[in-house]
Amino acid sequence: MLFNLPFITVVIVIGLGLYAMLYKRNLIKIVIGLSLVESGVNLFLVSLGYRNGGIAPIYTSAPSTHMVLPTPQALTLTSIVIGVATTAMLLSFCVVIYRNYGTLDARKVRRLRE
Amino acid sequence: MMSKIVRTQASFLYTLILIFGFYIVAHGHLTPGGGFQGGAVIATGIALIVVAYKFENIKGWVKKSMLTTAESIGLLAFIITGISGIGVSFFYNWLANSGLLFGRVVHYGINPGYINTAGTLPIMNLAVGIEVLGGLGVIIMYFLHYAKEVK
Amino acid sequence: MSWEYLVNHSPALIIIVPLLAAFGTPLIGRFSRKAMYIWIIASLTLTEIIAIIILHTVYISGKPMVYVMGANPYNMAVPPDSGGIPIRIIFTVDAFSSFMAFVASTVALAGGIYSISCEAQQSAQEKYYALLLLMLVGMLGMVLTGDLFNFFVFLEINSLASAALVSYRIDKGLAVEAAFKYAIISSIGALAFLFGIGILYGEYDALNMAMIASRMKFTDLDKIVMALFTVTLGMKAGAIPMHYWVPDGYGKAPGAISAMLVTASQASLYGLFRVSFTVFGLAANTATLGWFIIMLGVLSMFVGVTMALIQHDIKRLMAYHAISQTGYMLLGVGVGLATLGTAAFNQYGLAAMEGGIFHIINHAMYKGLLFLTAGAVIYRVGTSDLNKMGGLAHTMKYTTIFFMIGALSIAGIPPFNGFASKLLIYESVYQFNPVLSILAMIVSILTLASFVKVFHSAFMGPKIHDVKEVPKSMLIGMAILTFFIILFGLFPNIALNYLVAPAAKALANPLGYIARVLGGGA
Repeated sequence: MLFNLPFITVVIVIGLGLYAMLYKRNLIKIVIGLSLVESGVNLFLVSLGYRNGGIAPIYTSAPSTHMVLPTPQALTLTSIVIGVATTAMLLSFCVVIYRNYGTLDARKVRRLRE
Repeated sequence: MMSKIVRTQASFLYTLILIFGFYIVAHGHLTPGGGFQGGAVIATGIALIVVAYKFENIKGWVKKSMLTTAESIGLLAFIITGISGIGVSFFYNWLANSGLLFGRVVHYGINPGYINTAGTLPIMNLAVGIEVLGGLGVIIMYFLHYAKEVK
Repeated sequence: MSWEYLVNHSPALIIIVPLLAAFGTPLIGRFSRKAMYIWIIASLTLTEIIAIIILHTVYISGKPMVYVMGANPYNMAVPPDSGGIPIRIIFTVDAFSSFMAFVASTVALAGGIYSISCEAQQSAQEKYYALLLLMLVGMLGMVLTGDLFNFFVFLEINSLASAALVSYRIDKGLAVEAAFKYAIISSIGALAFLFGIGILYGEYDALNMAMIASRMKFTDLDKIVMALFTVTLGMKAGAIPMHYWVPDGYGKAPGAISAMLVTASQASLYGLFRVSFTVFGLAANTATLGWFIIMLGVLSMFVGVTMALIQHDIKRLMAYHAISQTGYMLLGVGVGLATLGTAAFNQYGLAAMEGGIFHIINHAMYKGLLFLTAGAVIYRVGTSDLNKMGGLAHTMKYTTIFFMIGALSIAGIPPFNGFASKLLIYESVYQFNPVLSILAMIVSILTLASFVKVFHSAFMGPKIHDVKEVPKSMLIGMAILTFFIILFGLFPNIALNYLVAPAAKALANPLGYIARVLGGGA
């Protein structure tokens, strides 16, 4: 049970993120929801690489060779970097939308349909 | 503009944040961290100084064009370091264990971590650090630019 | 630099050239506009040449090329001390990859040349071209990589660059609204894809596609992964239940970017086919997956074209047609997947796959051309509303001719390339299931009807706009695509023998792909 706790957290975080994306009307809250989903996926990747009792995979003065897997951590780092770029871009879209529409309400930001 | 206490603290912390950021960049091949994290830390320093002082006052000495140039140069340095190994293959680490810059020969096994190792990796870390510093700096500057306008 | 060296390193060079060009563009653009244009066109042309070199090499050798970043020698996929596990970033270029790389770089070349005049009035051009090149890098990386995580990274590079480009002309916020939608959809899709990669990594301890394929056991978890991959890549490709970003994104992007977004969607389609054939093809029940893809394809074909009939915005209309044409590719390759491994595969399955893959290149060319002509019309008339246009044939002669060629081609009229691939699909799918083939033909007729309407309302009738022909660079961009349309239309055998048949065979042969990578690559 305790071992599964990270995965339960992953499900909760992703669920919260999806909830925010589906039910929140403010565009910035939608972006926050996306960030939550991303954090959930990152947590999932990191917990995949965890080994019971393993230490951080740094060879500098390492006391033992029992280490957690470094690959998922590299994947997570890459994913975080991409996430920063995505979030920054989406927020700048929000800025431009606000300047042109005067609102961030998703129900009012739908001029394309007209 | 914030109060004098905040401003004084910010000017003091700014130096420390900068040093810490460059420390992370420089030790990217030995410790967790590296170009992106270090660059992000440095960009936090810029954010701190912009928040503590007014945006107009900062505009003079943190220029957007400077930051975008830093971004381009960092990216170019990264890709050129990658290309420099094309004699063997793209991103080939030809400096490692060569005895040249960052080329200290490291033997297999646990060691205390020498900074003068890992070949092209520290160079790439530095390039990425410059790039991220420029990129995140530009993002912060643009957002604060708009914040002023909305108010 | 000898010829052999160039050939060996071409999978890396095709990424290096546009990447270097993209990073250098903002610096060069600061000094001189003209130098920047030369820099862009030179790099795009060089990319195209390298793509042709790769195409030629893979065709001659008949085996996938392997390129390992940072390895010594360059093609050592499995180092001697790794215990038989491929490590490092590996590019695995088989005939299907090289085919897609050729498509992507051709459309990007046409789009780049086209943009020079089309975007001449816009600000921040150096960023536009940097993003255009990054978008090309994303597409090329997606189709060349042999590693699932790299696929994700390039997918994200591609979608970030595309989203930024869709919003390039802010257009009173409308384009940004479309870009916001596109960015949210593609990010959530990419995250679901990453989640799937995580599950596969946890199960098989590998990220390399060949390695995963060789270890594939197809457990229940893998079914979840397959569903995640199919849905997200189908979403990025614009298949029907997940298509809602397509009309907005394609409709609001600048003309050249709409043309490139078509190719970007096809790169996702490539991912879908690659994953279903190579990664899951050996162990999974391909008939079920094949039928699922066929159903997606038929729905996309039919709903896309019926939605297109009622549009009155020229680019939205074309965007719905893009959805509809994606359906043909899904149908063709889906039939191949459904019959994979049975006797029927050699009877008509392979031919259906060839039809689907041939349709990819044809679609990229003629839909790219149509989007470019739409961009040209909007460039001169200033509106995208068909009801406000008319009589453009009087003054914009070349654009009219290009539009006619594109429209006849998309409707599958004989001398043009759309006919060749559609005929292949009709014939082979008819043997599989006559109903699907008849549906495909009906969709083709509706497509023709829709484009007759566009042609009539935009180009025919009395002269109401006093406009000139578009500048030369835009015409050159359109002419490049027209050249391929006519070439493949008049001599479909050239395309079939040199491009399409090797690609279909490579896709249907996952064992060869796996053996090439796990055999060490040399």
